[in-house]
Amino acid sequence: MMADTGSEDVAVIGNTDQTPSELQNNIKNTMVEKGGTLLKGLEISVAEAEKRTGKNAVSIQETYTVYLIETRAVDNVSEVANPTPDSLWRRYSEFEIFRNYLLVTYPFVVVPPLPEKRAEFVWHKLSADNMDPDFVERRRVGLENFLLRVASHPVLSNDKIFYSFLTQEQGWKEVVFETGFQAKADSRLKALNATFRVKNPDKRFAEMKHYGDELQSVISQLLRVRARVADRLYGVYKVHGNYGRVFSEWSAIEKEMGDGLQSAGHHMDAYAASIDDILEEEEHYADQLKEYLFYTEALRAVCRKHELCQFELEMAAQDLISKKQQREELATGTVRTFSLKGMTSKLFGQETPEQRETKLKTLETQIEEGEEMVKERTAECDEFVKNAWEDIERFREQKDRDLKEALISYAIMQISMCKKGIQVWNNAKECFSKM
Amino acid sequence: MMSGTVTDNNTPTATKPEDLAGQVLDLDEDDDLEVFSKDATFMDGSSFNSPMPTSPGSMVNQYKFEEEEEVPDTKDIFVTVDKPESHVTAIETFITYRVLTKTSRSEFDSSEYEVRRRYQDFLWLKGKLEETHPTLIVHPLPEKFVMKGMMERFSDDFVETRKRALHKFLNRIADHPVLSCSEDFKIFLTAEELGTHKKQGPGFLSRIGDTVRAVAASVRGVRTRPEEFIAIQDYVEAFSQKMTSLDKVTQRIIKEQKEYSEELGEGSPVYTKWSDIEDELMVPLKLMASCLDRCHRESEEQVLQLSNSLLPTLHEYVLCTDTLKAVLRRRDNIQAELEAKTETLAGKKTEAEAEVESKVLSLAWDSLVGKDPDEVRQQRQQKLKGEMKEIKEEIDKMDDRLEWANNALKADWNRWQERMRADLRSVFNRTAEKNVEYYEKCLAVWESFLLSQKTEDSEGDNILDS
Repeated sequence: MMADTGSEDVAVIGNTDQTPSELQNNIKNTMVEKGGTLLKGLEISVAEAEKRTGKNAVSIQETYTVYLIETRAVDNVSEVANPTPDSLWRRYSEFEIFRNYLLVTYPFVVVPPLPEKRAEFVWHKLSADNMDPDFVERRRVGLENFLLRVASHPVLSNDKIFYSFLTQEQGWKEVVFETGFQAKADSRLKALNATFRVKNPDKRFAEMKHYGDELQSVISQLLRVRARVADRLYGVYKVHGNYGRVFSEWSAIEKEMGDGLQSAGHHMDAYAASIDDILEEEEHYADQLKEYLFYTEALRAVCRKHELCQFELEMAAQDLISKKQQREELATGTVRTFSLKGMTSKLFGQETPEQRETKLKTLETQIEEGEEMVKERTAECDEFVKNAWEDIERFREQKDRDLKEALISYAIMQISMCKKGIQVWNNAKECFSKM
Repeated sequence: MMSGTVTDNNTPTATKPEDLAGQVLDLDEDDDLEVFSKDATFMDGSSFNSPMPTSPGSMVNQYKFEEEEEVPDTKDIFVTVDKPESHVTAIETFITYRVLTKTSRSEFDSSEYEVRRRYQDFLWLKGKLEETHPTLIVHPLPEKFVMKGMMERFSDDFVETRKRALHKFLNRIADHPVLSCSEDFKIFLTAEELGTHKKQGPGFLSRIGDTVRAVAASVRGVRTRPEEFIAIQDYVEAFSQKMTSLDKVTQRIIKEQKEYSEELGEGSPVYTKWSDIEDELMVPLKLMASCLDRCHRESEEQVLQLSNSLLPTLHEYVLCTDTLKAVLRRRDNIQAELEAKTETLAGKKTEAEAEVESKVLSLAWDSLVGKDPDEVRQQRQQKLKGEMKEIKEEIDKMDDRLEWANNALKADWNRWQERMRADLRSVFNRTAEKNVEYYEKCLAVWESFLLSQKTEDSEGDNILDS
């Protein structure tokens, strides 16, 4: 049995050379540290992506991408990872199935989102094509991020299906379908109905839902603005490349100015070229925002589940009350509530005492069951509220931490961009003064 | 199921600027800048009374680019153009500028003059100078109109830019060793009313005659243009292309930068809105909003430098090439006229030599009408001799004129090149400086953001180890 090394447990994050900034690493490390109940001693990464072609379920040839999930057991004593990883290939749709399973099985958890299915908020350079290598690469990183989020979640990380997903090459799909999660899913209609008709939802959840809506709106706007800004900035830098070309041509007809112009031209070319890296890094910031954009959907799902639970409790309680009322009426013979039965019995004659007796007995049983039901549902509701609120708190802290670091990393990127700009223009200035 | 939020495939501009990716910008398609600038007068004054230019060496040292630049000690005349004012009459609305002159030169009766001039007046001055000194390089005037351009005729920007260009125009003349001594220049600076002076000068018909001769000369063309002028011509062609390209590129950059700045500004209120719904994140988000706003303002300032300083200078040099081409043309015409006259002389000589051998037919005719053939021959010879003498005198004068014109052009060409180099060096330098400044200011903005976050967050140390 491994000694409990507590918070010093650090799962090594795979593929650090892929992450563009040191800061993203920090986010992951924090995920790992604060997550606490990380899958102890397991290193997870999504190492590669590959194109495959094959026949799908309806025998049509299709091209799709698969991602390589690598897992490595970490020796806890020496904290060295096993050199040879276990690995298997999964495609995006399998990730989706897995996530749906989590949503149904742990409705009180704000389930981490997957990277976007289609490229949105693009600016002109990025392809909206799912097969585009840049898109695939960013999706790979996103999928890895998803797995790490799950692995660092106190509840989700212990799920057996998760472990299967990571390690079981064959038959995982059968296993997950066997859990019957698809049947357990709440219908959209049911949920919508509950949202409208629930009378007393927990105020905190209502506020959270509202916050989720607003956060979604604000981040969407931000992503749109960012895309436009990126597009314009790209334009500014690239047009400077034309300075490079013209300076170079011009230097050919000048004597004294030739050298200065020529070298200034080179700096202009360098300036124009530098924007590609800059915007690639900025894309990373956009991805971080996108993750939280998608998180708002998960947040709203938890709130909706609460409304559903609460609604079902209210329904059960309502049902109980009405049954109790019926019993009373039957017992005392007074008709306080209008009912078709009552009217018809008035019209067509009263029931016999035996009939009444049977009715009463049934009602009593129903009331007993009803009271059980209310008790159950109340307990469920309370349990849900407790667990959900705990996870929401956890999520809130995580969000504050992550987004703050995202802002900081954005500032760092801007600083780097400014420094590059200063360098280029100082160099150009020197060349100009030599003209 | 989860990533289904707003579908926004954002293609912001209709034209995907694919061509910007390091490739050649198709500048010739840019029709937005149709510009009218043809006020190049095509005068070829036959009267020629300007003093000989001083040596090129002394001309080279009189640099003066902008108001802020150093003024050499030799300067004895200072001209400023400012205080634009709008005038409305029944027929038209126009702008006048104040032209202030301070001088210690003896040719001027007073040491200070203040007059108001409108654009037309500057045009007149330019025309007169070119008429009198056809092969000297006069700095261009700002254009008459800018079609579909970036400014309206009476907008503040337009007036301001024009004012600066007019100031430069006058100062270049004031710095020119020959042009600044021009009588017309003096009149321009001192006369209360230019109207009367404008009416003087070669009459309408004689000007027509000049123009016709000039056109004829240019059609005739030059036999052998001297090497050095061919070289200058080639250079001017190429230089013209480069300047035009740079002009267009700079305009494009300004456009993109302006739009970038605008979009940047749009981000700030969104961050503010976000900060309103957060607790922990409220402070950094508000800070973010303010940082973006500051960067947005710095960006706006940077564009100003481009559009108020770099662009006008580049544009001036585009106009310069027109001037240069005109100067070269005029020089060519002088040479062409000389060559034509020389041809005429040669023709007369042939005629004279032919006269020595009598022509049977003409003699026969002459005797028919009772004229003494010898006398007739003598008369004709005399006439021819007289004509040839006249022509020869004219040729001598034209020869001198051509030599003078060539020298003047050569010297002024050197002077122009030096000035061009200095101008462009200076303006590109300043642009680079401003860009550095812009980035430095933005750098400070973001560093202050980091600093404030660091002090708030005690465990943020590991973040700033980069």
